[in-house]
Amino acid sequence: MSLLDLTAIRNDFPILHQEIYGQPLVYLDNAASSQKPVQVIDAVSDYYRNDNANVHRGVHRLSQRATDAYEGARSKVRGFVNAKSDKEIVFVRGATEAVNLIAQSFVRPMLSAGDEILISHMEHHANIVPWQMLCEQTGARLKVIPMTQVGELDLSGLENLLTERTKIMAIGHVSNALGTVNPVKEMIEKAHAKGIPVLVDGAQAVPHMMVDVQDLDCDFYVFSGHKMFAPTGIGAMYGKQALLEEMPPWQGGGDMILSVSFDHTQYNELPYKFEAGTPNISGAIGLGAAIDYMQYIGIEKIAQHEHDLLVSATEKVSDLAGVRIIGTAQNKASVLSFMIDGVHPHDVGTIFDQQGVAIRTGHHCAQPVMQFFGIPATARASFAFYNTMEEVDALVDGIKKVQELFA
Amino acid sequence: MSSADLRDLYQQVIMDHNKKPRNFHEMSNANHMAHGNNPLCGDALVVYVKLNAGVIEDLSFQGSGCAISVASASLMTEALKGKTLEEAEYLYQQVHNQMTGEEFDASSLGKLEVLSGVKEFPARVKCATLSWHTMHTAMDNDHDVSVTTE
Repeated sequence: MSLLDLTAIRNDFPILHQEIYGQPLVYLDNAASSQKPVQVIDAVSDYYRNDNANVHRGVHRLSQRATDAYEGARSKVRGFVNAKSDKEIVFVRGATEAVNLIAQSFVRPMLSAGDEILISHMEHHANIVPWQMLCEQTGARLKVIPMTQVGELDLSGLENLLTERTKIMAIGHVSNALGTVNPVKEMIEKAHAKGIPVLVDGAQAVPHMMVDVQDLDCDFYVFSGHKMFAPTGIGAMYGKQALLEEMPPWQGGGDMILSVSFDHTQYNELPYKFEAGTPNISGAIGLGAAIDYMQYIGIEKIAQHEHDLLVSATEKVSDLAGVRIIGTAQNKASVLSFMIDGVHPHDVGTIFDQQGVAIRTGHHCAQPVMQFFGIPATARASFAFYNTMEEVDALVDGIKKVQELFA
Repeated sequence: MSSADLRDLYQQVIMDHNKKPRNFHEMSNANHMAHGNNPLCGDALVVYVKLNAGVIEDLSFQGSGCAISVASASLMTEALKGKTLEEAEYLYQQVHNQMTGEEFDASSLGKLEVLSGVKEFPARVKCATLSWHTMHTAMDNDHDVSVTTE
């Protein structure tokens, strides 16, 4: 018996009610992108129908309504991650843009050749490549926290990896390829003990669990809207106010200035300093609506229901012969990555699709994780709160179908 | 249930070539080779060619990939061995057209006809064409080059 009224919840997601090749759609690709409830779709469409105008400019009524809605969304994000101030919330395109912003605006100015940036072996490419680019630009070195065979971070050498040359530690809260929930709070404590700031990539955490940036005491926390039931092209960067104040803007343009002349430009205050140009207003409003929706369902209940789905799926898949689960950490969220003996994940994906089951197959933008396990790719099922136990069974049936076809 | 369609894609010949790929080895005396990659799914293979006076004397491949890409590569090595460059180019075009839904000369294909099921699965066309693109690139170059499909 589920904690959630899944019938009512699923009725809020129009896209779920369709057939794929004559089978009911079973959407298990939530770690790639989640579906949107009608509350989010309506918030975006109502904005365009009723309130559309540019923000922070103009005295007219629509501009005021658009600004109120946009800034209202910022307050919702602040509450969602429990930041102290709305000034600490910067709207961005997504987690990727936020990591790039922090790399270029916060880390680059204090980086010298030979300095170190510390990430982990299980990062998404979005939390690897911006740092590699920064290393190329500055001569800094990228260091990597290793991983164990079950897909947990090996923190035994963390003290030694945090050196006087480490300028930032950037780590994922939850691994998108393995589902591992990393002990970020303890890691942050260790880094802070040596005065090293920490960026947490929360793209895979916020859809599934309560996040409290003050409790974590992270310096930056970044996430994307589209993985948490909001539109694509919107995300948020949390940064401690004192750090954001000191950072130079990373893009110039309208809205991020107080005054401009050809001799001198005075930058706007937080958070507008980091929001050059007309922002993604409708996206921000959609993100606010997604937060309202998640809080209405209850984030604790979401976490519990998804945990039940993952435990059941893990048990049932483990019972099948010839299937190997990749990523068996103690503490996991949402993700079940697996390999079927003798079958390439890409073939698995096609056969699943023919049964109406949408999963992701590939390297999940985490090729170092694939290299670690010596595999080219995995098949990955990832759950959201609207998934059901029947859909877990569809996953298991899908695996059996693959094995039957490839017998 | 759409098992019929899946059986069109995963025909016996394809399953057989996936399990036991032919000409699946390095070739030390190859005079043409190329790397093929599909970064989206991680398929990666190397095609080796021994070309002698415009004739493909020997052809082999190595790498890893899905059933469709491995079977397609395996079938390709069988089909092109002993062919002239012109004949290989012609078959390359026919195979490509067959999988992308364009007009093609069915009589030329022989066993390669089993790849026709791929055209119903647009997401998989690149799996099936990777080895052919790689072969094509290898023929055009006498040094090792890379090609990607995504």
